[in-house]
Amino acid sequence: MPSQSQFSPQAGISPKLSVRGIRKDYGATTVLHALDLNVHSGELLTLLGPSGSGKTTLLQIICGLVEPTSGRLFIDGRDETSLPVNQRDIGVVFQNYALFPHLTVKENIAFPLQMRRLPATEIDKRVAEVLDMVNLGHTADRLPKALSGGQQQRVALARCLVYRPSVILMDEPLGALDRKLRESMQIEIKRIHRETGATIIFVTHDQEEALALSDRICLMNDGVIAQVGTPQEIYEAPANRFSAEFIGLSNIFDGDIADGMLRSADGNIPAVAGMQAGDGLMVRPEHIALTDPAQGFLSGTVTETVYAGADTRLLVALESGKSIIVRQAAGFPIAPIGSSVGLTWQSSAIRIVR
Amino acid sequence: MAEWQSPSRRRFKLDPLWLAGPGIFYLVLLLIVPAAGLMFLSFRDSSGSLSFETYRQMFGAGIYVQVLINTFSIAMQTTIACLLVGYPLAYWLAKMPEKRRRLVMWLVLLPFWMSALLKNFAWMVLLSRRGVLSQILTGMGIGGPVDLLYGRGVVVFAMAHTMLPLAALTMLPTLLSIDLGLARAAKTLGASGGQAFWRIVFPLSMPGVAAAGLLVFISSLGFFITPALLGSPRETVIGQLLITQVQQLLNWQLAGAIAVMLLVVTLAVCLVYDRAFGISAVSGERSDRRSTGLFARIGTVVIASAARVTDILAGVLDVVPGLRRRGWLLDAFCVLVMAMLLVPVLIFLPMAFGSSSFLEFPPRGYSLRWFETYWNSSNWTGATMRSFGIAIVSALLASAMGGIAAFGVARSKSRIGNVAFLLFMLPMIIPNIVIAVALFYLFAQIGLIATDAGIALGHTLTALPVVFVIILTTFKNYDWRLDQAAATLGATRMGTVRKVTWPIVKGSVVAAFLFGFLHSFEELTIALFVGGGVRQTLPKQMWDDVLLQVSPTLAAASVIILAVVTVVFVAAERARPR
Ligand SMILES: Nc1ncnc2c1ncn2[C@@H]1O[C@H](COP(=O)(O)OP(=O)(O)O)[C@@H](O)[C@H]1O
Ligand SMILES: [Mg+2]
Repeated sequence: MPSQSQFSPQAGISPKLSVRGIRKDYGATTVLHALDLNVHSGELLTLLGPSGSGKTTLLQIICGLVEPTSGRLFIDGRDETSLPVNQRDIGVVFQNYALFPHLTVKENIAFPLQMRRLPATEIDKRVAEVLDMVNLGHTADRLPKALSGGQQQRVALARCLVYRPSVILMDEPLGALDRKLRESMQIEIKRIHRETGATIIFVTHDQEEALALSDRICLMNDGVIAQVGTPQEIYEAPANRFSAEFIGLSNIFDGDIADGMLRSADGNIPAVAGMQAGDGLMVRPEHIALTDPAQGFLSGTVTETVYAGADTRLLVALESGKSIIVRQAAGFPIAPIGSSVGLTWQSSAIRIVR
Repeated sequence: MAEWQSPSRRRFKLDPLWLAGPGIFYLVLLLIVPAAGLMFLSFRDSSGSLSFETYRQMFGAGIYVQVLINTFSIAMQTTIACLLVGYPLAYWLAKMPEKRRRLVMWLVLLPFWMSALLKNFAWMVLLSRRGVLSQILTGMGIGGPVDLLYGRGVVVFAMAHTMLPLAALTMLPTLLSIDLGLARAAKTLGASGGQAFWRIVFPLSMPGVAAAGLLVFISSLGFFITPALLGSPRETVIGQLLITQVQQLLNWQLAGAIAVMLLVVTLAVCLVYDRAFGISAVSGERSDRRSTGLFARIGTVVIASAARVTDILAGVLDVVPGLRRRGWLLDAFCVLVMAMLLVPVLIFLPMAFGSSSFLEFPPRGYSLRWFETYWNSSNWTGATMRSFGIAIVSALLASAMGGIAAFGVARSKSRIGNVAFLLFMLPMIIPNIVIAVALFYLFAQIGLIATDAGIALGHTLTALPVVFVIILTTFKNYDWRLDQAAATLGATRMGTVRKVTWPIVKGSVVAAFLFGFLHSFEELTIALFVGGGVRQTLPKQMWDDVLLQVSPTLAAASVIILAVVTVVFVAAERARPR
């Protein structure tokens, strides 16, 4: 085995996969700007970002379908930047599954094993095993087009699991499924992740899905990594405006700081320590409490209420014209439309965003 | 963090379009160069200096002008007839549930692939003085033996009959792409059936109608089989003129001038079409262009009046009992048209099994004597064998060149891809007779006249667009992520091609090969010129015999051609994936 420690000298544990300065240009446009990212062994990391942010491109570079313009990719400490796709120990679940239409479910799943020239008995055994794992034993001899979307999805997953790659990449694998199915597949993926111990990189543009699945989230925007962290870290301590706005709902106030107050067009709000010029303040809707109009930091009029069972969302229009989102937990009386309210919050709930 | 250099392994990537290279080379060498050379000749006199003498001759002599007028007016009339009959047929097919349409399509596709020679020969037999129709009319006591042949009417009728499947099949993709829900939506908005059709469906189907008109018109310009077999000398067309002037008199200047003229007209028609719809609409692709200006305004007026007339007509028909629900009218019309497409050919075939020494219907006795004559004639069997051989070779060549070119064009990201596409379609757009004369001109200089190789090379040229389009469609619809998936699953480049790509596209490559085979097997024009009267293919042998005398042996040969065509056609359709 080539020198393990070549590029992971300091830390005791080397990352499973390491993206170093990877950049991709298409003609004059830069799609990925020199990214750095480490993925730990056995974790489930999601690449989250709006459409066009470069998630698929990064994934394709990792599995070798696209060559980066510059930068290096290390897997298990080996430089695999130029290793052909078919020699990497990586499994890919494609966005539209890419099941071979002329092969049955069984043949599709056996394909990677045949490519690896495993003996036929071993192939049969492993295919049966993995079919069981995804609960598709009864469909073994059908063609993909005779399966439902959810079943096709599971075949794609099985085809990838069967040769036990140590890294699995999934590009928006649940995008085509309806909500119910998507949620049950999320649970299934979590289970399989636990059972196999594989390292999974999961691409999605759906923040709820990312929050529900991930050990860590890598948030991308315009070919740049905006923030990497656990779901909780990103939600509770967004590193920047993009993170704050993309994940969850947020209210952001901007203005000049003077005398410990943020003087914004919407009113004066107590500032927090460490704020610099140009920074904004962010408050999540669930941290805002409604009070008497005279008592809040800000006051306004309720213009809309959206009932969502567990909570109710209110839109409060400030005098400046800005709308603030407030979330009221179930059980409280809902402020009627047109009523005047004051807005208040604990200073610990406030985050600085740059 | 250190700057990581780009991988050193990166190499210059060739655009896949280079795969179209061999095909393009072939087209340039066998079509563009000789055609250009021929046209060049028309601007020279016998001493070789620049002159317009040929054109003065052509437009000066009354008979030439008459031939030109004949050609264009017959082509125009044929086109109009094809559109008028083909549109309802295509509309009817488009409205069918998919399953039923697949079945009915066979009945349109089979006549499409049936050789033009055969169809016209059938009419010749059926409409002659001793033909079926004449007998029926006599039997009913309407006059003595009638001769229905030899006139403008029958020429246009039979030519439209020959080209009708082409027209309907060209219009169908456009009609299918129109969401018929739109017409329903128009009705919920208060439109009558007629209004909904004329204002919604009809304008949306115009690109298909124009494409069909374009193809039928261009094919008709060089078509000579019908006028020669069913027309009188007054219906002589350019094709026949070229045969005598080039084959017998080697009048290259005149051939060049006619080629120039046909090409100019063809080009002009194509340009107008491109202006109005964008040329890619020929293949059923929807363009997002909205035409404006004079055409569009005239169109609006025409459509509004047509809708009004339909409404009035509908009002009148509503009063007639039995015609309140008149969906069956279209059904009846289309069933009749489909019967007309097939029955004439099928009805004259039994005559081949007759026992008398001339073709009669119904035959008085049955025998296989004419098949024996066919079988014992080395002319006929030789021609049949030659046709098989040439068809196999040209289909192979065309599939190889057209197949890899289609792959290249489908995979190419280059803009030149469109140019390559048009280049490969050229043999379909340029009138066949021009191609044949150009090949004759080229092969005369390099000693390929009267050789099997010459005919095969020519057939390869004209089979190229057929094969190319079929395979191109397949590659365009192919999901290339499957190849990526195979690679990530551990397959090598070769493994991917062998286990994934090829099994999926195989069917349509086989179908393309078979359609290429059919094309060559039935081709007459090139065989006529390049064969030089020595190397007889089956259609050429038939052609010569038809011109001499209509004999039952011909009917026997027709049965054999029809059997081959049907078998190959069915095999090709089955091979083709859906
Ligand atoms: N082959 C390509 N050629 C040119 N631009 C591309 C190509 N592939 C992707 N892009 C561009 O790169 C950007 C990122 O694309 P992609 O990685 O697919 O984003 P995501 O998967 O996050 O939606 C997009 O703006 C896209 O248009
Ligand atoms: Mg994507």
